[in-house]
Amino acid sequence: MEPIEDELSDEGALELPSEPMRLNMGPSHPAMHGTIRMVLDLDGETVQALDIQPGYLHRGFEKSCERGNWQQVFPYADRLNYVSPMLNNNGYAAAVEKLLGITVPERGEYYRVILGELARISDHLTCNGAGAMELGAFTPFLWMLKLRDFIWDILEEETGARMTHSFARIGGMAMEPTENLRRNIEELVPKFEKTLQECEATILRNRIFLDRLEGIGILTKEHALDMGVTGVMLRSTGIDYDVRKAHPYSVYDRFDFEVPVGHDGDNYDRFLCRAEEMRQSLRIIRQAVQQMPTDGPVSVADVRVVMPEKMNVYNTIEGTIAHFKLVMEGIKVPAGEVYSFSEAGNGELGFYLVSDGSGTPYRVRCRPPCWFNLNAAHDMLVGGMIADIIPTFGSVNMIGGECDR
Amino acid sequence: MSQRVIERLQAQFGERIVQTSNFRGDDMALINPDSWVEVATFVKTDAECALTHFTDLTAVDYPEREPELPRFDVILCARSLEKRQRVILKTRIADGQSLPTLTKVWAGADWAEREVFDMFGIKFEGHPDLRRILLYEEFVGFPLRKDYPIDRTQPLVPYRELPGQVTKLAPFGQDEGQPWGRIEWHNRLEGGDRQVSPAIAVQVGQKRALSETSAGEGGAEAEE
Repeated sequence: MEPIEDELSDEGALELPSEPMRLNMGPSHPAMHGTIRMVLDLDGETVQALDIQPGYLHRGFEKSCERGNWQQVFPYADRLNYVSPMLNNNGYAAAVEKLLGITVPERGEYYRVILGELARISDHLTCNGAGAMELGAFTPFLWMLKLRDFIWDILEEETGARMTHSFARIGGMAMEPTENLRRNIEELVPKFEKTLQECEATILRNRIFLDRLEGIGILTKEHALDMGVTGVMLRSTGIDYDVRKAHPYSVYDRFDFEVPVGHDGDNYDRFLCRAEEMRQSLRIIRQAVQQMPTDGPVSVADVRVVMPEKMNVYNTIEGTIAHFKLVMEGIKVPAGEVYSFSEAGNGELGFYLVSDGSGTPYRVRCRPPCWFNLNAAHDMLVGGMIADIIPTFGSVNMIGGECDR
Repeated sequence: MSQRVIERLQAQFGERIVQTSNFRGDDMALINPDSWVEVATFVKTDAECALTHFTDLTAVDYPEREPELPRFDVILCARSLEKRQRVILKTRIADGQSLPTLTKVWAGADWAEREVFDMFGIKFEGHPDLRRILLYEEFVGFPLRKDYPIDRTQPLVPYRELPGQVTKLAPFGQDEGQPWGRIEWHNRLEGGDRQVSPAIAVQVGQKRALSETSAGEGGAEAEE
């Protein structure tokens, strides 16, 4: 065998010829959650330039809203962030209520908070679980999805649907909480703690997992603010902006909870922020279940906004007329425009509503949090390795339905 | 809550703040399109406003208020982290009129402006990369304009031709043998000259199949 030449034995001196390569990642790629396309210019394995192309799940949400009545937006709103539909329901309902100038009874607000926080837990479980799974940790993913199914069992018992509930109504909720709600949540608590602890014990001491997260996909504070980043992604950079604390809406000012913030704005911080936020959400839920009035209405008593009871519809002329007008004409929201925002799974979910006084929305602008988060992800990915796209993009938690609308 | 910003704006710009409102607690200032960037830069950099957190940029179309008022409202929301205040800035521009871009003020305006361009056809001067974002470049019209009917269907887009690209259609695939498939095997077997589905054939200018040229014969009806 020929002896290896001296200058080649030093591996560092081995310069393989490489030329830039253009690579299409997606739209149908297992790690591109939902459907999204990235056009990468690669130099070796380093991302030189990147073009993120959303829009493959565009269904015309805003246009579709302009043809029905205000109530008919709920099924569309469900499908924005389809991992936490209750939060979208709550956000949209609160926006219309702001435009109407009405306040929901206390019990309805507590009920919204409980279901919304359950949805937030399921959102973060999905994000962290899928993020871990893409890095090879399949077991925690299954555990987390199992836990998510327990949460969906509760939501199913409350709302009748596992995913797309359409359960909020303008002016309140569709139904009262079930009798089992408190017991179901108490039963969830031990499962929740056990699952989270087990998952974290499995992956958070794993060198491979940590190496893929720590110091990868760093976002700075100034850039995050400049880009309009909100939610966990903003908090991971160390900014304690949570709409629930900064501009308390609903009954969030009555709960004792913390806003976890990160330090470096990397994937690891985002993972931990989500994990801690789930615990805080459960804390809110347990307080809300204790504080929620056991009886009383969950919706406002205004027949111009909320459907009358079926008993009244069939037996009184007033009920029949109110029902008829709501079904045929919809809620007559006064003319005006408002911007209403709430904390959804990915950040500030805003609705800019314009009403012209007819029963049909004139314009429903949804400010999807992950639209801006994804815009900021561009600078987190450029300059990194192609393999780092997977955990970074995973921790951005782009939800196709919400981003593309 | 953010009345302070409005007052500051009025003191600074005077006449150029056309109108202010506070509907349901949302402080809004209607400003002249000429001072769009100037006001935006001011609210971001001024120490009392400090609206450093970009929130949203969108538009609303009012074709029926023309010609008294310009057609589009462009709306900008921003908030301040330290001062915990928010403000909505609004300007009105006519159809075909463009606005200067805000990407140099807040980098986050990048995709927001692209979306407004995509949905309303409003051009932003100086935007680094103004192209459609949610829709595809062959899309005809701007869907969130009020004169775009909700049930309009878009033309089928032919395959894009890139320089140096060999035109190729898959010889078979999942749609093989289906009425919408690219290749009609029965047509080919019968000696027909059409290779692709009717929709694509019309666009690429292929000859129509014999079965379609003589009305009422053969498989044309069965296909539809």
